[in-house]
Amino acid sequence: MPTISMNVNGISVSAEVENRTVLSTALRENLGMTGTHVGCDTSQCGACVVHVNGKAVKSCTMFAVEADGAEVATIEGQAHSDGSLNVIQQAFQDHHGLQCGFCTPGMIMTATALLRDNPKPTETEIRDHLEGNICRCTGYQGIVNAIMAASGQKPAIAAE
Amino acid sequence: MAADGGMGHATKRREDVRFLVGRGKYCDDYVPAKTSYCAFARSTVANGKIKSINTKAAAKMPGVVAVFTGDDFVEVGGNPAGWLINSRDGEPMKEPKRPVLAHGKVRHVGDAYAAVIAETREQALDAVEAIEADIQELDAVVNMADALANTKTLVHDEIGTNQCFDWGWIEDNRAATDEAIKNAPHVTTLELVNNRLVPNALEPRCSIGEYDPGTGDYKLTTTSQNPHLTRLLISAFVMGIPENKLTVHAPDVGGGFGSKIYHYGEEALVLAAAKKLNRPVKWTSTRTEAFLSDAHGRDHVTKIELACEKDGTFIAFRTETMANVGAYLSNFSTATPTFLHGTLMAGNYTVPNVYVNVKAVFTNTAPVDAYRGAGRPEATFSLERVIDKAARELGINPIEIRRKNFIKPDQYPYASAAGLEYDSGNYDALMDGLEKLADISGFEARCKESAKNGKLRGLGINSYIEACGIAPSNLVGVLGSRVGLYDAATVRVNATGNISVMVGAHSHGQGHETAFPQIVADMLGVDPMSIEIVHGDTSKIPFGMGTYGSRSLAVCGSAVFRATEKIIAKATLIAAHMMEDKPDNVDFDAGEFSVKGTNKKVSFGEVALKAYIPHDFPLESIEPGLEETAFYDPANFTYPSGAYGCEVEVDPETGKVDICSMVAMDDFGTVVNPLIVTGQVQGGLAQGIGQALLEHGIYDENGQLLSGSFMDYAMPRADDLPNLVVDHSHATTCTHNPIGAKGCGEAGAIGSPPTVVNAVVDALQRGGFDVEHIDMPVSPARVWAAMNE
Repeated sequence: MPTISMNVNGISVSAEVENRTVLSTALRENLGMTGTHVGCDTSQCGACVVHVNGKAVKSCTMFAVEADGAEVATIEGQAHSDGSLNVIQQAFQDHHGLQCGFCTPGMIMTATALLRDNPKPTETEIRDHLEGNICRCTGYQGIVNAIMAASGQKPAIAAE
Repeated sequence: MAADGGMGHATKRREDVRFLVGRGKYCDDYVPAKTSYCAFARSTVANGKIKSINTKAAAKMPGVVAVFTGDDFVEVGGNPAGWLINSRDGEPMKEPKRPVLAHGKVRHVGDAYAAVIAETREQALDAVEAIEADIQELDAVVNMADALANTKTLVHDEIGTNQCFDWGWIEDNRAATDEAIKNAPHVTTLELVNNRLVPNALEPRCSIGEYDPGTGDYKLTTTSQNPHLTRLLISAFVMGIPENKLTVHAPDVGGGFGSKIYHYGEEALVLAAAKKLNRPVKWTSTRTEAFLSDAHGRDHVTKIELACEKDGTFIAFRTETMANVGAYLSNFSTATPTFLHGTLMAGNYTVPNVYVNVKAVFTNTAPVDAYRGAGRPEATFSLERVIDKAARELGINPIEIRRKNFIKPDQYPYASAAGLEYDSGNYDALMDGLEKLADISGFEARCKESAKNGKLRGLGINSYIEACGIAPSNLVGVLGSRVGLYDAATVRVNATGNISVMVGAHSHGQGHETAFPQIVADMLGVDPMSIEIVHGDTSKIPFGMGTYGSRSLAVCGSAVFRATEKIIAKATLIAAHMMEDKPDNVDFDAGEFSVKGTNKKVSFGEVALKAYIPHDFPLESIEPGLEETAFYDPANFTYPSGAYGCEVEVDPETGKVDICSMVAMDDFGTVVNPLIVTGQVQGGLAQGIGQALLEHGIYDENGQLLSGSFMDYAMPRADDLPNLVVDHSHATTCTHNPIGAKGCGEAGAIGSPPTVVNAVVDALQRGGFDVEHIDMPVSPARVWAAMNE
């Protein structure tokens, strides 16, 4: 089996994987990083979004061997170094942007990529950008509100 | 009163922190040492005779440690239905056995007939491909009317029919209802379909079986909304494992919406395999398997008649419904189309006559069971669609026809014609609130604006009531339930003053870890962060019935309340002893006990410590320790209600529907955490809008699920939905539970589908199209076809 090396959240790691192993499986099962979730088998739900070399990627769509040598960022590396929530994470808590929490890692990673590319997105831009991430719990209202707030804007409607 | 974090405070959810940093622990995140992996062979045909299953080649595949087939579970009991429903003629419903693995026949696409256990998941999946199953495909029954008419093609040969039951509610009202409709000045009739939905919690089901040969203890880690019910079903019905030798643990659960209430065969299989192999066995569903094997929801075909006076006064509702139960009876599948549906068919109205007939039908499709709302969305959709149609026929404003028939605030308690006693409500106040918040008076102007842009604008109004907080055990026992529906809580005050609360409810996104401490903190006057909730593990919690039917707060929260009252009573005895006075002279307020008229006082923390260091206790009157349990069995259902409004724009060129606004005005009684309640309603609205516009579990005539993936089954995305405006300030208190709460989890999914469809039909009518009804999902193709017929 091939051995791959990656830098995940600033730490060098390596793993033996099968050629057919996808990145989400390598993260969860080979590296024990279970923060990245898998909610479907057709690359639709977006729960598995991570960043590979700075780009948001559905980690179930990519073979682990393709990530050999890559810089990977996952949900486990998003909080501040003292463990406190970053601005986006905090906004999700403040605006009830999660319920069961299963889609949340993918939502945070997608929102992070959006705000890096577009620091002040409109509500429509946020909704369009979330098109590849399914949440079954929130109706997206808390998520949209959180991303508006994280970008220093007033949420579309009040959280309560 | 806890100033921050007590009752009514929009406390941020504490559980969010672990979910936001990737440290939630869901079932699939658990990998016990020496775990082996299970994969299932599932039927690709809807109805088939199993002639032979050859597993020899599969058993020799790399990494395979065992292969199981239905033959291995012939002696094992069936997974039972939780409610016994009797037909109108008194005959009990048909209850064919639901085996762990299919035996003799497969009955729906996705029906599991064999399982492979291997060292890795991939090896198990590879070996499934090597199983040689000779399954003779038989004709399938998919359409319910066909299933009832066709006595040659049967889902279960041994019962001789595809009809599970033919239920009447209330049978004694039938003749009077028939007579009222016959003599009525106006009768509106509507035939409609409540489309089949797939719940699609984002976390797929997962189960891990473990067995300890030293102690004989089993452990099932599983995705469950109610671990104790799962343990009871496995122990008492399916496998006979003594309850005290089986722990069921549901860790963080990634959504459920009903689909994780039920016990499934995969759970029994991993336990049996773990014992046989003496190592943990783990199965994680793929999304494809979830579509094929999770319990689906809704799937009713209904004819409803509304008889009324010319002025719109309701005289009678009569419905005939066919309800799909799929290929096997899931645990609540017989209660959902009956008592959770028929009893709501009087709605919010003073209608004197109601009769409901429901025929439950076996088909070669996945089992259908309770999905968010469970029977009540079906009832509400039928009522509120036919009321809208009647209003149009009689030339009465849809808001006015509802107001004319509303039960008024001075009529409670109100005995509905469908057999329930509503305890409180104020439907006019909700409608007033809706008219204001949704700016109904400004609709006509907005309609003209839309017309300028070439769009047809419509307004949809809906008024709903539901029965939640299920349920009084004595009542549901009479109705056919085989379980009680109380819940339980233990409040354990530790010696150092912090508190553990063990509850029978189990959060799968509802925020119990935040909301339940708000109740206890408020009552004890302590910091809510000193209170921890323990849930989901049968080895740690009292026997509770779990989370569904919007019951966690109204039922389990009431148990938490009662247990905390007992804590205060016991602590008062200890405080009186400490202050050397009579308990009657002791007051408790804001976390402090004091003797009336003196400056003597002790804090709650001091009392807690004393409870565990009882050096000088009068042991004949005060036991050491400070821990209390309460089982709470409600006196009645709770009755949340609401008025919803929706505006849509229809593109006449394409038939595409855009929702411009959605406003939900709900009465949930006492609200413990408004942040959480708002989120619950918004999530329900999204699922209801999904049902109305997008979602459809479609089987073809051969029983193949055509919408079996997220690429085919249209889940609502962020850009499909409008801002969801929610208000729960017009509350009337539930009169029979100590919190006054009614429950909020399902309301959005109940109230929104008819609101949306009413709005679409209104838009088309205003646009000059003679369209009376469009079945859900109201897709562009259906709207366009309706306009161009």
